Amino acid sequence: MTTTPTTDVPMVHADCVSKSFGSNEVLKSISLTVKRGEVLCLVGPSGSGKSTFLRCINHLERVNAGRLTVDGVLVGYEERGDKLYELHPREAARQRRDIGMVFQRFNLFPHMTALENIIEAPMRVKGIKKADAVIRAKELLARVGLGHKADAYPAHLSGGQQQRVAIARALAMDPKLMLFDEPTSALDPELVGEVLDVMKALAASGMTMIVVTHEMGFAREVADSLVFMDGGVVVESGDPHEVLANPQHQRTKAFLSKVL
Amino acid sequence: MVVSSTGSDRPATQTTASPDGGRRAEPIKAIRLKHPGRIVFAVILIAALALFLIDASQRQAYGWDNFGKYIFDRRISQAALNTLLLTVYSMAIAIVLGITLAVMRLSDNPVVKGVAWLYLWVFRGTPVYVQLVFWGLIATIYSTIDIGIPFTAPWISLETKAVIDVFWLAVIGLSLNEAAYMAEIVRAGILSVDPGQEEASTALGMSWLQTMRRVIIPQAMRIIIPPTGNEVISMLKTTSLVAAVPYSFDLYGRSRDISSVIFDPIPLLLVASAWYLLFTSILMIGQYFLEKRFSRGIGQARPDKKGGNDTDSVPLVTAATPAITIDRSEGGKG
Repeated sequence: MTTTPTTDVPMVHADCVSKSFGSNEVLKSISLTVKRGEVLCLVGPSGSGKSTFLRCINHLERVNAGRLTVDGVLVGYEERGDKLYELHPREAARQRRDIGMVFQRFNLFPHMTALENIIEAPMRVKGIKKADAVIRAKELLARVGLGHKADAYPAHLSGGQQQRVAIARALAMDPKLMLFDEPTSALDPELVGEVLDVMKALAASGMTMIVVTHEMGFAREVADSLVFMDGGVVVESGDPHEVLANPQHQRTKAFLSKVL
Repeated sequence: MVVSSTGSDRPATQTTASPDGGRRAEPIKAIRLKHPGRIVFAVILIAALALFLIDASQRQAYGWDNFGKYIFDRRISQAALNTLLLTVYSMAIAIVLGITLAVMRLSDNPVVKGVAWLYLWVFRGTPVYVQLVFWGLIATIYSTIDIGIPFTAPWISLETKAVIDVFWLAVIGLSLNEAAYMAEIVRAGILSVDPGQEEASTALGMSWLQTMRRVIIPQAMRIIIPPTGNEVISMLKTTSLVAAVPYSFDLYGRSRDISSVIFDPIPLLLVASAWYLLFTSILMIGQYFLEKRFSRGIGQARPDKKGGNDTDSVPLVTAATPAITIDRSEGGKG
């Protein structure tokens, strides 16, 4: 907690992380590491705990057991002496600033234009001046290929365009880590490509990314490592080409035979 | 005659249609179905209404001469203004208090939640007339307002009657009752906003208050505005109950006072009704435009705009633009 993060510290480190909702244990002792600049794809059947794991990383859920750190800093709790204290919401909000999140259903603010969606958090949370935030937002919109849509409301954009604005909105906070929760699952098939292209470019720029996805092609092409989860446990992980071409576990084989 | 003329039209229409490629049937011309019952019923209604109006215009008891004399009386127009002020002040307080109560009811703190529930239970569970009588008796229950440390001699002691006059007692009575209803309207509005909105806002590092003010409330307004308009209209009419306080300078109270002097209650009831109708009509028109404004963008905007946007921007964007622009930002990232 007190150590200044160096490049050796993994961006995300989970050590025996468990999470339950009541008596329902959704995550069972998950251990994995995401290095700086790495792209990790989380795959698995629905209900396997992938999304919950992402939400834990972003303080949207609090883990019940194990240690979860982002950039060397403990998530959800504060360690003082040998005791853990629940994190104050203000502190959790501060830590979230550095983590961008993209949702399955975009969750753009419908009453704001694309530009307003992007400048909102930098202005309110980081206190950046409006003029500066607008310049940055326009850069980001151009980066996701929507420079001409700054004044469009989300309802006037296609699903793919909305998701690209959502990515730009997350990038506006200059995150060190980006979380993608099934970013293309709610899209029409012909719109998936444009969002994946933006994500590929983002990965190429060196962003650390954790992507929950069913797009095996994307995982094979972009991911540095692939984790297959089922029933709240990590069943298999490794190089995406190897795991996809030659799965070791029966459950992985069964799942891949359905999606590939 | 008719049959033969349509017969001669047929080849003409067919030839004009043929450039489109192929056969096309001409529009159907059929004898319209008659609704004799409808006409009979309409005639009866119009006749009954006309009969009532003719009779009413001649009937002595309506006192049309007094109606004409008092409809623009200065005391009446002043009273109409008082009624408007009662409505505006009461609604303004009720909306602020209602939002507070709604947020309290959605709180995670069981005590805060419970207090809000208790408030709604009391103020929705008793008649507004009874509540107004209570507020009128407040000076009897609490004769002084003391400021200081409880159970010690007060620093300042004010006489309740001197501090709050009946107009403000009426405003307090009306607004506290209305706040209970506004709270439910606001709560419904807040709950109607997709939970994903709060999640997205939280994930961006925004605080609870920022999320509420910037994201949730603006979207809840679309649901909150129409029933609030109804509440304003309802409040305007409820102000006629302030006689219970007793406050008598509102529209209904003033007309009743005048009528008891001239021993002719009916024309002044009509005078008051005419003013109430005027105000509610104006409010209804205002509400129509407000609703139209707040339902904008959700209903109509989608289909017409979306089609155009999809085709022109999607292919243009995916291949070329991101690839080029990302190179520039790469340096900054690494």
